[in-house]
Amino acid sequence: MATSVAAHAPSSAATLASRIWSWITTTDHKRIGILYGATAFVFFLVGGFEALLMRLQLASPGSSLVSAEAYNQLFTMHGTTMVFLALMPLSAAFFNYIVPLQLGARDVAFPRLNAFSYWLFVLGGLFMNASFVVGAAPNAGWFGYANLTSTQFSPGLHVDFWVIGLQVVGAASVVAAINFIVTIINLRAPGMRLMRMPVFTWMVLVTQFIIVTAFPVITIALVFLLFDRFFGTNFYSVAAGGDVLLWQHLFWLFGHPEVYILILPAMGIISEVIPTFSRKPLFGYAIVVYSGLLIGILGWGVWAHHMFQVGLGPVADSVFAATTMLIAIPTGVKIFNWIATVWGGKVRLATAMLFALGFVAQFILGGLSGVMHSSPPADLQQTDTYFVVAHFHYVLVGGAIMGIFAGIYYWWPKMTGRLLSETIGKWHFWLFVIGTNLTFFPMHFVGLLGMPRRIYTYDPALGLDAMNLVSTIGALVSGISVLVFVYNVWWSRKRGERAGGDPWGGATLEWSVSSPPPPYNFSVIPEVVSRLPRWSVKGMREIPEVPAEPIHVPGGSYWPVVAAVGVVVAATGAILHSLWVVLGGAAVLAVSIYAWAFEPFEV
Amino acid sequence: MVFGERFGGQEFLFTKDARIRRFPGGRRYVAAIAAAMLLVGACSGEFPQSSLHPTADFGEHIDRLYRTIVWWALGVFVVVESALFFVIVRFRERRGSPEPKHVHGSTLLEVGWTLAPAVVLIFIAVPTIRTIFRTDGAPPEGALQVEVIGHQWWWEFRYPTYGITTANEMHIPVGRPVTLVMTSADVIHSFWAPKLGGKRDVMPGRTTRITFTPDSAGVVFGQCAEFCGESHANMRLRVMVDDTAGFAAWAAQQQTIPPPADSLTGLVQAGLQAFRVVRDPANHSCIACHAVQGVSLGVLGPNLTHVGSRATLASGILPNTTEGLTRWLRDPPSEKPGSLMPKVDLTDDEIAALVAYLQSLQ
Repeated sequence: MATSVAAHAPSSAATLASRIWSWITTTDHKRIGILYGATAFVFFLVGGFEALLMRLQLASPGSSLVSAEAYNQLFTMHGTTMVFLALMPLSAAFFNYIVPLQLGARDVAFPRLNAFSYWLFVLGGLFMNASFVVGAAPNAGWFGYANLTSTQFSPGLHVDFWVIGLQVVGAASVVAAINFIVTIINLRAPGMRLMRMPVFTWMVLVTQFIIVTAFPVITIALVFLLFDRFFGTNFYSVAAGGDVLLWQHLFWLFGHPEVYILILPAMGIISEVIPTFSRKPLFGYAIVVYSGLLIGILGWGVWAHHMFQVGLGPVADSVFAATTMLIAIPTGVKIFNWIATVWGGKVRLATAMLFALGFVAQFILGGLSGVMHSSPPADLQQTDTYFVVAHFHYVLVGGAIMGIFAGIYYWWPKMTGRLLSETIGKWHFWLFVIGTNLTFFPMHFVGLLGMPRRIYTYDPALGLDAMNLVSTIGALVSGISVLVFVYNVWWSRKRGERAGGDPWGGATLEWSVSSPPPPYNFSVIPEVVSRLPRWSVKGMREIPEVPAEPIHVPGGSYWPVVAAVGVVVAATGAILHSLWVVLGGAAVLAVSIYAWAFEPFEV
Repeated sequence: MVFGERFGGQEFLFTKDARIRRFPGGRRYVAAIAAAMLLVGACSGEFPQSSLHPTADFGEHIDRLYRTIVWWALGVFVVVESALFFVIVRFRERRGSPEPKHVHGSTLLEVGWTLAPAVVLIFIAVPTIRTIFRTDGAPPEGALQVEVIGHQWWWEFRYPTYGITTANEMHIPVGRPVTLVMTSADVIHSFWAPKLGGKRDVMPGRTTRITFTPDSAGVVFGQCAEFCGESHANMRLRVMVDDTAGFAAWAAQQQTIPPPADSLTGLVQAGLQAFRVVRDPANHSCIACHAVQGVSLGVLGPNLTHVGSRATLASGILPNTTEGLTRWLRDPPSEKPGSLMPKVDLTDDEIAALVAYLQSLQ
């Protein structure tokens, strides 16, 4: 299984089948990163298409473009898809591709486990979307509040697909998180102390700890729901003495940390992009890192701010208001540090930098509306309305997605060897900014003026037609901007300028190797003497293009994908209520884990 | 009218700020800004479901707090965005820009901008906590109690002290404290009539409360704010805030007993028969689900004893007119997807008779 100095992709002489096979069996973190990115982008387009359908339906009151039931499926799958199948794996694409390079490592700690995470994610995502094919897409919201999700109020397979699909996708995230924690702790190049790690890698580390601790909470909540639905238990059954609020506490105990799972990687990305394009180190590295840690920790103490409207009582409301407001402090600190990084710099407004600065500009707005509903009385007018929709889309689209686009423009040349077009990129950026602001800014007012969320139609007497139409137009503009990006990708593949190893003059280790990097990443593992090795006064020794002697790179393995197929077969068995299919899937999983364990991988 | 008067202002921080006084007509200015920003000239119309135009103390407490927070947020927004755009423009790369100095941080600055948001937050937290305790206390003596029961997808309102049960339109008197005591018959709903105040979830197996005192008469729009299934969007409600005499008259009318069956004649009598008839095989009789005092005892659907006196039908999605009633009776699930009330095979004559009968139930 040993290959030395294997090409990044097999030679063109290789047959198509063998090329596909090499992608299916790959354990190279870079190729898995590309797979994550491409798959997640497809899910991003699917989720965006669902959003467009919803906006078209809401363009006017009383529209009948889609039915009530279809609309409920659309918003459920839009939320579920964007959170679990688009945003998280888009970040995971960068975790995979960039983190080992930033660490000076040759791969992640467990390459086959990494492949397993990817295949579990993609198959879980396909499984959940297969529900559309059988006409039973989840329809109880991405938050799936009990007891609407009980068999009494949600008969059929809709919620079953959601419960089981989320378990599969969640398992993929936890497995990946463990892998990245071990990688970041153990595979740092000599001399890279924790406080010399790039901020992106730091934020990835914090994110992985949140994933490892938060996902078990929703796993438990989902297992309860699964048992209620499949085996007649009564965790959320009011008639049998269960409590509907149990679900909400568990869901948001996971759900709020999940928000930071989505945003911290984007904060990490722009903490790389802003210094590079300001030609200045990040201002206050330590405090930016500690703020990220603090956000991750405080994120655990605020879940009940999603539940002010259930009437927790004045004391609980006051406590959760205070903890929520506290989070504004480390968040504000990061924003000031980014601005201070630009101060005194030599700012080059490349597209990556535009997206990073756009993140800061729009995240400020999302953060401030967040402070507004940290105040429970104000929240009672805002929660479950379009005001909240506006808020978290400023955070997750204006913030997280902008950050991811910044990362794409920044690292695309590293991943493909070619630059994206700056001209097309600027069209993409401005259309995206105009489109998303046109979509989401009016929603603040739409919500305050009385429009609840998750409604497929609204009363024309509310006086909100015009603002809703503006939002729909904005959504179409955003959609066009994403198509412009797709065109840019195509353009880059055809005509993109060759990037060379370091097109931006970056400070971190990934820029010290060729683009794309060789399979072994570093011909010589670098010694790190500074936080910004490529900018340090002492300089860093150039990494030779060709290794002195062949470097062993583990070959691929098909057992991860077989194991993932086993899991999804078992999930399908549950949907079919067939114990034999479940056992069959479990058997496939067991056999592949065994085979995987005894596979001679490293030699 | 200036903010100081409207807000009674001791804790409203900007009461004395002359800039605010330049916005006459207080509560509409945020909406007006929205309109201007969106270039929607016609936005000066009514917003019957607006949280920015409160007509009860609960809503006004929240509105005052919200405006306090908005001013702080606006201040922070202007300062931070200006700083951001300033550094971008000022330090943009130009020909001959010097290579930047590698500054790694400044403890003094970093401590400063850690403390600054903390101070702003104190100015938000203090009125927040004060408002929480002001709006979430025990109901005052003599409050009118209304029981709210959420159903998929309509609202049941009961007045225990008056012996009244009605649906989707709540009548309350102006100036008297009202306590809503709320629970759900099925899934979680949320009672939200924004002009009166904040929303509160309506949950099975739990009882929740909100208390408010309306300070002006009029019709307040509301609707369910917690996703509750297929027709969540169609679970609307109206709160009719009546003057004291109007409320007394309404209550007296709701307490009357409909005329006895044998006193009805013509189309109305035919409607009663259609209402009472047992339909085979699915037993989709009106009386299986609906109560009319003296006629039937159904509890799954709204009590229809005085349905003719309501302004709307089907939880506020249709006007209570001959046309609206006819549409509803002809095919309820097409008006309200998923509705528990099925499509019953009724002849046009039966529908006309039922419409006449239901309209007679004043």
